[in-house]
Amino acid sequence: MNNQLLWYTTRGAGAVSLVLLSAVVALGLLARARVEGRGWPRFLTVALHRDLSLMSLVFLTLHIVTAVVDPYTHLGIGALVPFGSYYRTFWLGLGAVAVELMLALVVTSLLRHVIGARLWRGVHWLAYAAWPVAVLHGLGTGTDAFSRWLLGITVVCVASVLGAAAWRFLSPGDPLARERRAAAAAASAPTSMVPR
Amino acid sequence: MERQAVAVDRIRCDGRGACAELLPEMIRLDDWGYPIIDAGPIPDHLLPHARRAVKSCPVLALRLRAAAPAGVRQ
Amino acid sequence: MSRLSVLAGPGLNEGMEHLGEHRARLGELPRDGAGVIDVLERSGLRGRGGAGFPAGTKWRTVAGNARGNAVVLVNGAEGEPLSRKDRVLMETRPHLVLDGAALAADAVGAREVILYVGADHTRARDALQRALAERPADEWKRTTVVSAPVRYVSGEESAAVHFVNDGVALPTAVPPRPFERGVDGRPTLVQNVETLAHAALIARLGDGWFRDLGRGESGGTALLTVTGAVPHAGVVEVAQGSSVGDAVSAAGGLSSRSSAVLLGGYFGGWVTADEAWGLSVDTMELRSRGHALGCGVVAVLPEHRCGVVETARIVAYLAGQSARQCGPCVFGLRAIAEAMGRIATGGAVGDDLDRIRRWSGELAGRGACRHPDGAAAFVASALRVFGDEMVLHARRGACSGGAAARAAVAA
Repeated sequence: MNNQLLWYTTRGAGAVSLVLLSAVVALGLLARARVEGRGWPRFLTVALHRDLSLMSLVFLTLHIVTAVVDPYTHLGIGALVPFGSYYRTFWLGLGAVAVELMLALVVTSLLRHVIGARLWRGVHWLAYAAWPVAVLHGLGTGTDAFSRWLLGITVVCVASVLGAAAWRFLSPGDPLARERRAAAAAASAPTSMVPR
Repeated sequence: MERQAVAVDRIRCDGRGACAELLPEMIRLDDWGYPIIDAGPIPDHLLPHARRAVKSCPVLALRLRAAAPAGVRQ
Repeated sequence: MSRLSVLAGPGLNEGMEHLGEHRARLGELPRDGAGVIDVLERSGLRGRGGAGFPAGTKWRTVAGNARGNAVVLVNGAEGEPLSRKDRVLMETRPHLVLDGAALAADAVGAREVILYVGADHTRARDALQRALAERPADEWKRTTVVSAPVRYVSGEESAAVHFVNDGVALPTAVPPRPFERGVDGRPTLVQNVETLAHAALIARLGDGWFRDLGRGESGGTALLTVTGAVPHAGVVEVAQGSSVGDAVSAAGGLSSRSSAVLLGGYFGGWVTADEAWGLSVDTMELRSRGHALGCGVVAVLPEHRCGVVETARIVAYLAGQSARQCGPCVFGLRAIAEAMGRIATGGAVGDDLDRIRRWSGELAGRGACRHPDGAAAFVASALRVFGDEMVLHARRGACSGGAAARAAVAA
């Protein structure tokens, strides 16, 4: 097997995964910020978020498989255990962590009607951990001439996600959420509740 | 086979509006973006669209359940 | 009223009837376990909290769901501002209520009883606690008193359970309903204090006695809060099937002319006075005519008060009392209240009245609880009874009576 081909495939699939993952996170943030406009139906943000995350799994699989079978890296299946490989242990370990977090996100999302909204939402917060870990993994494992491209792509991805995050956290927020908080505070005013 | 109808958890619903886009024949939005739902039995040809609408709700507020008599508005 | 009725007996409205007097008046409470459910079903007793659901059916359902782990929640929260009957009952006849609770606990196999009262209703709570101390040890050991913030929705079934479980008196989305899973996830019987008082009498005197007491379809008596243009506003007890006019007479008749009556409180609706006097005080009768007995409020509008202004005030209150958990109620009810306020003060914008009609038509069934439904029915009744006045207000800011609308609403 041509080592160069495997190596470039690993790098390429990894880069595509990063781009897709960043798009997924950005779309998730924009969905929360309730961004919508003429010509952009409301269901599209969430639908794209879901479809792109499944697509990124495909490229991730390609990235991982080509890396594992590449004889140059001497990675075994043990690479999937975080920090269990001998090759660039720390940075690769981050990648394994990111993959496992992503799997948790995807599996819980596919099963969300079964596990219920609360559990699903709780696990989904891990996305805020999975994405930066993936970005760091990408930066840490790059050492070759490809890395200038990767740096450029990474910068664009990070900027997009940070922009979407700003939109999400700075936007006025759901009007009903504010009402609910105020009402719950009023309805649990101090009382003489006899402990049972 | 038992007929199914669309139902919504009113407390979980946030007025996102994806449901009304995907099932406009049975769901429309009020002045503030919250769904007005036809709680009657879902016609067979709309069933796939109803299922898609349920899957697309970002807060899992929409669901399908056994139908009430036709014409009941929820 | 005979001494065998709910409120009748020594010192009506004057003070608490202690255990000794209670036993002397009515005798011992027969304890028949689940057997009382049959008697209740035959009696036709319906809940007096507002929903009017058959009590026997409710008890049987909870008994069927329970495995000796049921809970009885005695609902004395009385969130409706115009209503006083539950408080008067708890303050003066707490032993009737506790009898009913004991019957219910035996019937459904409950080892826990919760007395759910409003935090501000201190006299009622004190009376219940004093009465509880007079009861046998096995009763007060399994009973706790819980005080909730006095808000309109606090007395709603799921809100009561929610408060006991999590300290928040807001309705929850059902299913599951309390009779399936309530307090601590156990089957819970939530019953209004007046209903339990009637049950306590039925257990002693039989279902036939109860049915015969009523004049129409329903049996027994009803507690009503009569207020407004009457000289002796307060709580009266009348036989079911009596007319609204009879109830007003029991409060001393009319102290001024009146054009309309608010029947059932904020959760009921307006009725023109002429129609009201002849209406029968009977949950099912009223329902079949499109009215509601609700929690038994009969508020007679005095002639110097303006129905449109009162309606605007009440809708504003209802909007403010929303649990604010569901969009249609929060925003829809608020918009209706604002439009009504504008109509009442003469600052109406173009099609305010049409928008009120549309919005209130869209309100029913779109909340997790029945608050928006009640508000929508109330607004619809106001449109029916005061429709012409509203148009006048919208155009001129004053009604045909010439009342100074702006000043009245600002008050």
